[in-house]
Amino acid sequence: MGMTLAEKIIASAAGVESVRPGDIHTVELDLLMSNDGTTHLTIDMYHKLRHPHIADVNKLVWIVDHNMPSDSPKTAASQKKMRDFAKENGIPFYEGKGVCHQIMMENHVRPGQLIFGADSHTCAYGALGAFGTGVGCTDYLYAMVTGKSWVLVPESLKFNLTGKLNHGVTARDLILTIIGRIGANGANYKAMEFSGEGLKTLTMSDRIAVCNLCVEAGAKTALMEADEVALDYLSSRGRTPKAVFHADEDAAYAQTYEVNLSEIVPVVAKPHFVDQVVPAAECLGTHIDEAFLGSCNNGRIEDLRAAAAILKGRKVADTVRFLVVPASGEIYRQALEEGLLTTFMEAGAIVMNANCSVCWGSCQGVIGEGETLISTGTRNFKGRAGHPGSFVYLASAETVTASAIAGEITTADRLPKREG
Amino acid sequence: MAETFTARIWVMDNDIDTDIVIPTEYLALKTVQDMTPYAFSPLRPELAVQIQPGDVIVAGSNFGCGSSREQAPEVIKALGIRAVIAGSFARIFYRNAINNGLLLIECPALRGDVSDGDEVTVEVGKSITCKGKTYPIGALPDNLLDIINAGGLVKAMRRRNGLEG
Amino acid sequence: MGATYIEKLLRRNTGEKTAKAGDIVTAKVDWVMIHDIFIPFVKDKFEEMGFTQIWDPDKVVLIYDHLVPASQLDDPRHHKIGNQFAAQYGLTHVHRSDGICHQLMTEAGYVKPGDVVFGTDSHTTTYGCVGAFSSGIGYTEMAAILGTGELWVKVPETIKIVIDGELPENVASKDVILRIIGDLTAAGASYCALEFSGSTVEAMSVASRMTMANMAIEAGAKCALFTPDEKTAEYCNIPVSPQWADFKGDEDAAYLKTLHYQAEELVPVLACPSQVDKIRPVSELEGLTIDQVFLGSCTNGRLEDLHRAAQVVRGKKVAPFVKFIVTPASRKIYLEALADGTLATLADAGAIITHPGCGLCCGRTGGILTDGERVVATNNRNFLGRMGTSKVEIYLASPATAAACAIAGKITIPN
Repeated sequence: MGMTLAEKIIASAAGVESVRPGDIHTVELDLLMSNDGTTHLTIDMYHKLRHPHIADVNKLVWIVDHNMPSDSPKTAASQKKMRDFAKENGIPFYEGKGVCHQIMMENHVRPGQLIFGADSHTCAYGALGAFGTGVGCTDYLYAMVTGKSWVLVPESLKFNLTGKLNHGVTARDLILTIIGRIGANGANYKAMEFSGEGLKTLTMSDRIAVCNLCVEAGAKTALMEADEVALDYLSSRGRTPKAVFHADEDAAYAQTYEVNLSEIVPVVAKPHFVDQVVPAAECLGTHIDEAFLGSCNNGRIEDLRAAAAILKGRKVADTVRFLVVPASGEIYRQALEEGLLTTFMEAGAIVMNANCSVCWGSCQGVIGEGETLISTGTRNFKGRAGHPGSFVYLASAETVTASAIAGEITTADRLPKREG
Repeated sequence: MAETFTARIWVMDNDIDTDIVIPTEYLALKTVQDMTPYAFSPLRPELAVQIQPGDVIVAGSNFGCGSSREQAPEVIKALGIRAVIAGSFARIFYRNAINNGLLLIECPALRGDVSDGDEVTVEVGKSITCKGKTYPIGALPDNLLDIINAGGLVKAMRRRNGLEG
Repeated sequence: MGATYIEKLLRRNTGEKTAKAGDIVTAKVDWVMIHDIFIPFVKDKFEEMGFTQIWDPDKVVLIYDHLVPASQLDDPRHHKIGNQFAAQYGLTHVHRSDGICHQLMTEAGYVKPGDVVFGTDSHTTTYGCVGAFSSGIGYTEMAAILGTGELWVKVPETIKIVIDGELPENVASKDVILRIIGDLTAAGASYCALEFSGSTVEAMSVASRMTMANMAIEAGAKCALFTPDEKTAEYCNIPVSPQWADFKGDEDAAYLKTLHYQAEELVPVLACPSQVDKIRPVSELEGLTIDQVFLGSCTNGRLEDLHRAAQVVRGKKVAPFVKFIVTPASRKIYLEALADGTLATLADAGAIITHPGCGLCCGRTGGILTDGERVVATNNRNFLGRMGTSKVEIYLASPATAAACAIAGKITIPN
């Protein structure tokens, strides 16, 4: 019996020939990412251990990104705790350099690795053929101290992608459509594996957007084979794979879904669940107060380019706050170089430093009571972006930008022609 | 109409700035009443709950320096403070206090002689007495008395607009 | 007997030809500025006063800057109320994310030499950089102005400050004003006007003068005044006016006192925790480790400040574990700094560049600190608790000093 991608990575990390869904294995972890959302709690627990030590400091990556720059003495205190601990123990540490998952993709993740992250969107790393999964502080601490953890081998769902996305349709629309189709718990505990001819048409940025959001369907991880696109990205970043795995022909999947990319249309996820997905056309005219372009899901240079192309020669609606937040410092710098930041600033956008911003919703652009946000962030749960009595629609960079211009939900192709 | 009252005092130093009176973090709370627990919190976080209506603050020079936030005199008034006696007052704070009917008294000599919990007797416009010693104080200029006599600037404007007799 | 600059300015404004220090006059207001923290309070007072229209909607400027980006759940409410207020009373000058109020009031072409301006912010003294009388007031008085277009003012006494000579390369106008505040003390210019003159001041850019006028309030001043010149004309995009010859005090005017400074004798300084008048030379504090540097605010977030910082950090990196937060004062400055490569240089050095606004200076977001942390900042106040807990140490410095500290990870003299 063959193995899926998830099974192969776990088998390799467990040092065994083969694994099956439902097995529990002790695995050696390759990387352990943690951010300022919870690291201070991990440190508190660490200090309560009888003989605290770190198994391998070079497997840790700590990233301050959630409240950056800090918005309160409380935040500052937890960040200081993290900074001091990292300094003292020599832990690789990033502060203010961008959203954790983007930094991990740019600098750390390698195909074939098994990675824990103390953040649910760690499943993004599947875009490079790595098994990334989100864990809580306790699991994280155990792994930090021992270098190991246990994993329940998940069942896999296969998504066979065919065709090609139409112009004006994005990977973001694709993954939102899939989540809408299988539901917010449609992949609970499972691995979502993407393959097929259609996958080859997706860029690295597209793939990250797809894998990153899989946790919104409940998935434990998301995986794509590290093909030429992935390996080119990796080598351009000066890294090599740990191992490139291929799913076996006869691997067993709990279910296989056929997805024709050419049938996908621009969609939005309506408040307050990520699986409340409808064609954007059904929400036209919905008034918005704020628009957000950014996050680990959609704050990459490709997203900024697409947004700038729409915005060029246009203006953000008077009373709309359009937050543009590059996902990393590198992306900020690249966008600066390409003149995209100039386009955003000239159009009246609010260009921020790389951080989680309103996707995390505790500072840096929160929305108020009764307000509506259209966002490229990862979640639209009630109160996620600010006041409990506010509303969040999720959409692609293109749809978010078009809506920021119109002051209401619309798609790029529906915008009036530019003047002149 | 020399009005006289006796009050317990809280003593503070020179240069009590408006960020100390009410930090920026709390300025966007919906009402001044909501802000009262945070009054003076950077300096004396326990003070706001200890202040009783009718108490008086005695401070050194330059009380209320810093920002134009009118929440500063308003929050002091909302705590029930009867008057602030200081060596001197910063300009914007002074205007804001008058406009809200918070009594300010300049008396540079008092601060050095008193401590928390002492009682002062104030004869407005004339003198302050504390621990048997009497300190002369000045009267307000006419244009400010007009605002105070009107009951504050809002009332003065309401009268101007024919809304109050 | 001659007249001081402020006496002349208020005489012109009020028509009271003999007004002198100590007199109460009623000023006709040319501009008012209201920022986002106070808009709801101004609106409430205005309506409580029974006004139904604004005396001149074209003279009112609403600016959202303290709460941009919104960091607390009630912040957006202020902007919503601002939008409603503007719509209801026909206000057209509304800046929703263009930068800090004091930068915009001159940069966007509102305030001109000789104007009388009030704002709901203490640093409204800034517009004295172009020769306007401008001062901070509370929201109740602002509401009254919105209804009447006037405000009573006591004509202030004047402290004359003369600075001559050429500043050393590492000394900026920020060092000059900090030194002056140290000498005057935090209450030393209470209720007074500061009148600046001398060859050093004449050689300064409008931006540098702005830094000094901005901080006049930290000595308690009611306003600060500079004589407009060709640079002012260029900055305000207006021709030089022959009237400006009289935008200064007479030699025989009655001054409360006069301070003289020789530029060559000035050194880079810091305002030490937690008072703006606790001034010490940077050299005396060299080596003190720091956790963060903030370059920004209405005091020092202008293009020349960013240029100066970029010059210091070019080709270098911010010290490990130190954050260098850069918040340009306005959208225009951000765009200019993008275009001329300044932001690229700062980003390459590792700076965290945020959207224009008050940022850390107003202490609501933008890099709040905690117990035991030390920050070097280019803004105007280092009050207890201003940037986090009361155990945060804030040192105020010039942009060059701040940038040098970011690279060194400790307090150091630029160059």
